Amino acid sequence: MGAGSLLLGTGLAWLVSAYRFPGSSLFAWALVLPLALPAYVMGFVLLGFFEFSAWLPDVRGWWGVTLTMTLVYYPYVFVLARAAFQEQASSLMEAARSLGRSRPRAFLAVALPLARPAIVAGAALAMMEALADLGTVSLFGHRTLTETVYRTWAGMFDRIAATQLASLLLVGAFALLVIERATRGARHFLNRPRGGRQLVNVTLEGGSAVAATAACAAVLALGFVLPVAQLVVWAWSRGLAAGMAQTFTTLLIDTAWLAGGAAIVITLVGLALAYARRLDRSRLTQLATEFSAMGYAVPGAVIAVGTLGPLAFADRALASALRTIGVGDVLLTGSVAGILFAYLVRFLAVALQGLDAALVRIPRSMDEAAQSLGVAGRRLLGRVHLPMLRGSLGATMLLLWVETMKELPATLLLRPIGLKTLAIEIWERTSESLWEEAALPALALVLVGLIPLLVVTRLTRRTSG
Amino acid sequence: MTPWLPALLVAVAFTAALVSPLVAADEVVVYSARHYGQEPAFEAFTNQTGIAVKVLTGDAGPLFERLKAEGGRSPADVLLTVDAGNLWNAARAGLLSPVTSTTLAGNVPAHLRDPENKWFGLTVRARTIMYSTKKVAPAELSTYEALGDPKWKGRLCLRSSGYIYNQSLVATLIKRHGEPRTEAILKGWVANDPKLIQGDTKILEAIAAGQCDVGIANSYYLARLLAKDPNVPVGIFWANQQIHGTHVNVSGAGVTAHARNRASAIRFLEFLSSVEAQQMFATQSMEFPVNPKAEAHPIVRSWGSFRQDDINVASAGEFQAAATRLSDRVGYR
Repeated sequence: MGAGSLLLGTGLAWLVSAYRFPGSSLFAWALVLPLALPAYVMGFVLLGFFEFSAWLPDVRGWWGVTLTMTLVYYPYVFVLARAAFQEQASSLMEAARSLGRSRPRAFLAVALPLARPAIVAGAALAMMEALADLGTVSLFGHRTLTETVYRTWAGMFDRIAATQLASLLLVGAFALLVIERATRGARHFLNRPRGGRQLVNVTLEGGSAVAATAACAAVLALGFVLPVAQLVVWAWSRGLAAGMAQTFTTLLIDTAWLAGGAAIVITLVGLALAYARRLDRSRLTQLATEFSAMGYAVPGAVIAVGTLGPLAFADRALASALRTIGVGDVLLTGSVAGILFAYLVRFLAVALQGLDAALVRIPRSMDEAAQSLGVAGRRLLGRVHLPMLRGSLGATMLLLWVETMKELPATLLLRPIGLKTLAIEIWERTSESLWEEAALPALALVLVGLIPLLVVTRLTRRTSG
Repeated sequence: MTPWLPALLVAVAFTAALVSPLVAADEVVVYSARHYGQEPAFEAFTNQTGIAVKVLTGDAGPLFERLKAEGGRSPADVLLTVDAGNLWNAARAGLLSPVTSTTLAGNVPAHLRDPENKWFGLTVRARTIMYSTKKVAPAELSTYEALGDPKWKGRLCLRSSGYIYNQSLVATLIKRHGEPRTEAILKGWVANDPKLIQGDTKILEAIAAGQCDVGIANSYYLARLLAKDPNVPVGIFWANQQIHGTHVNVSGAGVTAHARNRASAIRFLEFLSSVEAQQMFATQSMEFPVNPKAEAHPIVRSWGSFRQDDINVASAGEFQAAATRLSDRVGYR
């Protein structure tokens, strides 16, 4: 799965940023679309689609899970890799070409290594996400470590054993991160100076153009068009309107603002941490920030239950504090604040990885130049780094918005009574095997996910074009 | 870093706006791990009594954890969930309180409620054998055990053992037959190389599509399928009629240990067990009503009556851990 996402994500990103072929500008943003489909939706659609076909090997085999996960998670690599390719100066590629390298070899020698922090960050995200993915795997009836954790806890109500198993997961996640850091080593990645030209797109012709278009189209079809079409068919068969309109608006609004708020909060914290990593190179800071990102590889259900403890503790402390000042009783457990906390634990890695990779690409000489001009401290961040980070910040918030919108277990468990998101609506239907009834909210979730996707793609295109 | 101070204050104010105020009102707050078909009954309760019903849905395990974490300050009055094993676990974890109610005792048969009155079954579902009406004659079927017969090799569809209803089925088998015999039953199933399918509906669809010939599923899933298409070639067979009877499970509810509106909560449960509410459950979800005076859905009635295993459904909880271990041991995933 990791290898699949890596190849697919990087390959496609390079294709759309370095070449021009029929539909390339369309694919440049359209290939992000599968991100709007939650894995659990993709899973049940693919299952429904292939399950009873006789001419394919059993979709419940490993290839089914792998295909689903690759299709759902490759955009992580794609988004970050494309942004990295776009930020590269074409002069480097031209230098390589003038030294006699062919384009593919120049790609391998120059563009790929330069984009590596972004690509590895994307792949690490994709793999951690896959590690934590409980729903898809169990939908296909497979047994993974994650599923065993859940089973031990839910089936035997043995929280201790489940905790032990969950810590194994954490070790796996940590190993992923260590590998990423180790391969990056102490190298510094220099970026083009401001004003350097962008990559010049090479126009593909004939067979290679057809092949490029076909490759992109196939991925897009499998990863987005087909599933959405299936959802539309199901939704249609249930009668689209069906008196749901009113509850639907509330669902949409609740989903959008909850996820939007979470995206902002997490990005801010992520930025602060990524910045801390840049300013303070001490082991402790590096390690602490590393640890803070590990929640990403932990299944949402485990995070949800795990945050209950601290929340309940805070609740008791808060209760006695509030009693002394005579304010009414409140609960953090089952409040939006509680959900945001859980989101932060779970998704900080998305912000940290993306922003850290972006910050690394800003040369330190730039800080020094700014400081020599009297721009330092907070103004350095505001006037030098933030403008340069705009694309990455946008991309990070986009990822977070879509991520938190799809998030299910923590939202489900920690939400206030009466708050409901689209993901919860989908879950309520699918857990009763009412696939067709789940299609409409699933479709809505995809649509809401599309809005930020489109906004940010336009945003990044403007800043880079 | 003084420049950050205003930001910090904003963050605190922001957080303060996001916590949940805790107020008591005349309402019943239900934590529900059952997500289908209860809405009409809830509405009817509000219409009759003027007491509002608020629902928080979730998976049973996580919901229990939330209840535990909230402790004495929990807003929950009623815990509603599918599966007797779940109810048993909730009671054992101290989340439920005993209720003495002659109404409930009268409406709910003894084997479908907690011997200590901490929870009460509200709907009944039979987990039994489903077969292809095209390829299997009912005379070929008899017990859960007989599905381990070699003649079903490659023809059997099951859900994974981790699935709660299968856990409860296996747990009840352990209670009835003892562990060694149950182990032999599971070994028989596993030897037949069952196709593992997630979702009872999917099992029924697989049988209809000819991917397998027999399977085990909950009764109401077939009823819902038949309601959509009466010609689905899947039949239901009542297992174990010659011995203990077919395995049944319940969805049920109890009043929480720290209920704020205890009286209303009891009234709510009593209403849900009444013929009126039971009728709504039966029509909506196509389960069997727990109250013998209420009638099942016409499709369900058309299957005829059968003998239920009258073992107390609480045994699903007592032997749950044993069931999980046993399934792991014989390699039933």
